[in-house]
Amino acid sequence: MTRKRMAGAAYYAAAVLLAVIALVPFAWMVSTSFKSRGALMSIPIEWIPAEPTLDAYATVFERFPFLRTIGNSLFIAVCYTLLTLASASMAAFAFTKIRFKGSGVLLGVYLATMMIPTQVTMIPLFVVMNQIGLINHYSSVILPAIFRPFAVFMLVQQMRTIPPDYMDAARIDGASTFRIYRQVMLPLCAPALATLAITNFMDSWNDYLWPLLMLTDKAKMTLPIALSTLNGQYDTEYNVLMAGSLISMIPIILIYIFAQKYFKNGLMAGGVKG
Amino acid sequence: MSQPRKSRPGRLRQGGLRTALPFLAPSLAGMLVFSLLPLLISACISLTDWNGLDQLLAPGMFAEHFVGLGNFQAILSSKEFWQVLGNTCRYIVLYIPCMLAASLAVACLLSQPRRGVTAFRVIYYIPVLTSWVAASLIWKSVLSPQYGALNNLLAIFGIQGPGWLLDEAWAMPAIVLVSVWKDMGFFGLILLSGMIGIDKGYYEAASLDGAGPWARFWRITLPLMTPAIFYVLIVSLINAFQLFPQIMIMTDGGPNGATQVMVERIYKYGFRYYRMGYAAAFSWILFVIIMVCTFIQMKGQERWVNYDS
Repeated sequence: MTRKRMAGAAYYAAAVLLAVIALVPFAWMVSTSFKSRGALMSIPIEWIPAEPTLDAYATVFERFPFLRTIGNSLFIAVCYTLLTLASASMAAFAFTKIRFKGSGVLLGVYLATMMIPTQVTMIPLFVVMNQIGLINHYSSVILPAIFRPFAVFMLVQQMRTIPPDYMDAARIDGASTFRIYRQVMLPLCAPALATLAITNFMDSWNDYLWPLLMLTDKAKMTLPIALSTLNGQYDTEYNVLMAGSLISMIPIILIYIFAQKYFKNGLMAGGVKG
Repeated sequence: MSQPRKSRPGRLRQGGLRTALPFLAPSLAGMLVFSLLPLLISACISLTDWNGLDQLLAPGMFAEHFVGLGNFQAILSSKEFWQVLGNTCRYIVLYIPCMLAASLAVACLLSQPRRGVTAFRVIYYIPVLTSWVAASLIWKSVLSPQYGALNNLLAIFGIQGPGWLLDEAWAMPAIVLVSVWKDMGFFGLILLSGMIGIDKGYYEAASLDGAGPWARFWRITLPLMTPAIFYVLIVSLINAFQLFPQIMIMTDGGPNGATQVMVERIYKYGFRYYRMGYAAAFSWILFVIIMVCTFIQMKGQERWVNYDS
């Protein structure tokens, strides 16, 4: 009995230690964001600000169109996600439910493109986007969503498990191919689509390198880019930087809390970045 | 509409490519525009000394700027490249074992059916949800030598912390620390899914034979979760070569080049120094390195990955 209790104590000691390690930086962020400029350099450091103030938050919104930035991030992430879902589910439908010559080879090509690092394609893509004047255009960061081989691959796996009976029944009822896709396959794949939606939303919301190249106008920037711009300008004003970071985290945390089970499902799926 | 009698069940029986094409069109167009064409153009650019500013499609452009394999030669014979590669290797050598240990700890803790385990899962995952930019900013503040949280916490135990990001010797370990902190929840949950899949019967048999928890972990859990570990190693190594945002935000390659890594170099050559040709060649070298490493891992997996369970 005591042995069991000791194991329990050891378990909670380890689990709490790890939780503290995970959370302390965020506690520091919250604390710093409520400090005045002067309090940033007080020794000993203040974990709970002696004179908490909202100055840093006011500064963030004053020096940067931050509300607009949040809107940009939301708009881009939603469009990006919807486009990925539409394009990938259509492709996966074709690969699994329509018989055509070379489908195996083509799927192989899709998988092979997953190996290409974004850094190789980003230079020519930048050049092309520049030539056709899409820089500082939301579409420059949304359109790449149309080709996400990983999403296609994941949905192919999912659709393969759906028994043919559903489709045969719809076919006998005279449904067109598009109606079968839209009204039979998509509803059957809803959980996989939800998982994919969340991982894609997060990818787009947190993306850095590509939006950094594409969105250079303050009015068009997404949150990570705005934050990195603030970092360049107010290098040592950590209260401002922490206030901005905290604001940028809120939406994604809310989504996480409300859609936890889809996050869990998406884990094996979300592997490789870019 | 002719219906061939013998067709695989579950597939639409008419049309073939003509039926499939409308469904494939968007993603095929995307593949062409965002993957295959850029790959081709990138290969061409890597053979030039193009600066990214001159009109790309002007007649005679390619011939005028063509330098053959000059960029590759210049990169591979530069001291900087080997230094950058060395920095990346230092990162990998420190990061992979630490990340694996931390993720295994996360997975072990979350695999126990105890009270509050859901809360711990949520907490461990919060760093994963944070964008790299926000995480880097937070840590930049935490690691600030004089007024930062970490050194002040260390001071409580009488340890004088180093200058972290400002110290040539400590900057890369600091980046590793942040990366492990950010990634342990993600890889931990992947390892957890590998752990949960293990047949309970093995543990019961081992317990009957008198194996303690330690022996059970080393003899059963670890060998049977090698597929998950393999997946984590492949993904984390690819990600490690593409290390970028944390460098840009926290050190910008400094101090004194100690945290310069490949993607950071590619970005700067292309978009700060306007040497697109050089940057493109650099990105191809990165591509080859990633492919070789992945290939070696794939080949090596038969030796240690256990697909029996």
